[in-house]
Amino acid sequence: MADPMKIRAQLKGDVAEIRVLMSHAMETGQRKDNSGNTIPAHFIQAITIEVGGKKVIQGQTGTSVSRNPVFAFKVKGAKAGDEVVVNWVDNKGDKRTDKAAITA
Amino acid sequence: MDMIRRTLLKGMGSTGVLAAAVAAGVLKPTGAWAQEWNRAAFEAKDMSAAMKGIGAASAADSKDLLLKAPDIAENGAVVPVDVTSNIPNTISIAVLADKNPLPLSAAFDFANGAMPEISVRLKLSQTSNVKAVAKTADGKYYTVQKEVKVTVGGCGG
Repeated sequence: MADPMKIRAQLKGDVAEIRVLMSHAMETGQRKDNSGNTIPAHFIQAITIEVGGKKVIQGQTGTSVSRNPVFAFKVKGAKAGDEVVVNWVDNKGDKRTDKAAITA
Repeated sequence: MDMIRRTLLKGMGSTGVLAAAVAAGVLKPTGAWAQEWNRAAFEAKDMSAAMKGIGAASAADSKDLLLKAPDIAENGAVVPVDVTSNIPNTISIAVLADKNPLPLSAAFDFANGAMPEISVRLKLSQTSNVKAVAKTADGKYYTVQKEVKVTVGGCGG
């Protein structure tokens, strides 16, 4: 199981700024280890974000997103206290879900 | 109607409720929310194939699509890229880099108040044109690009 995400969701006016840090190697499949063997690709492929029970963002990612990905999004009409739920799934089927509340 | 209510009541937590609502036909999943990873686009090895893979082969240049990225990236492993679309009814944004072994990096769909504005961090193997693509609700594609010079590549091993 991967390490928890760090989610920060802060309200500015009626716009929630959501920043997510995911803990993931994001191996490209292009690198070789010391003995010359290719390190297999291992990367997050799908991301979803829900705010207050509604899906607001769905993303797909490839190998060229940096290790330990950081994403930032903005969602209009959110309220303080709304729950932000972030999911990711990687190419090996590992997944993780973390939650945070929007702060004023 | 009573059956639907019962199904909804039985759902535990928001995902359960959502699944039940979808099953009951209250919310119709649309194509924009397709779950399948776009393998053809993400595994495309050159820019034109990747653009074709996301349906954006004929994307038009737009000044209303803003791409913020450094002129020079000292570390190609972590290159911050911000994209903001001022094009009305933008429903998706994708980010690509032409010189990467696999150009398509990420693509996001927006709904329910999500603004067409994203920040991501990319790996760039070498100096590249970073490209953003926006898709509007009427199926049109717009693009903007910026060259980022890389002094140390992000794919070395």
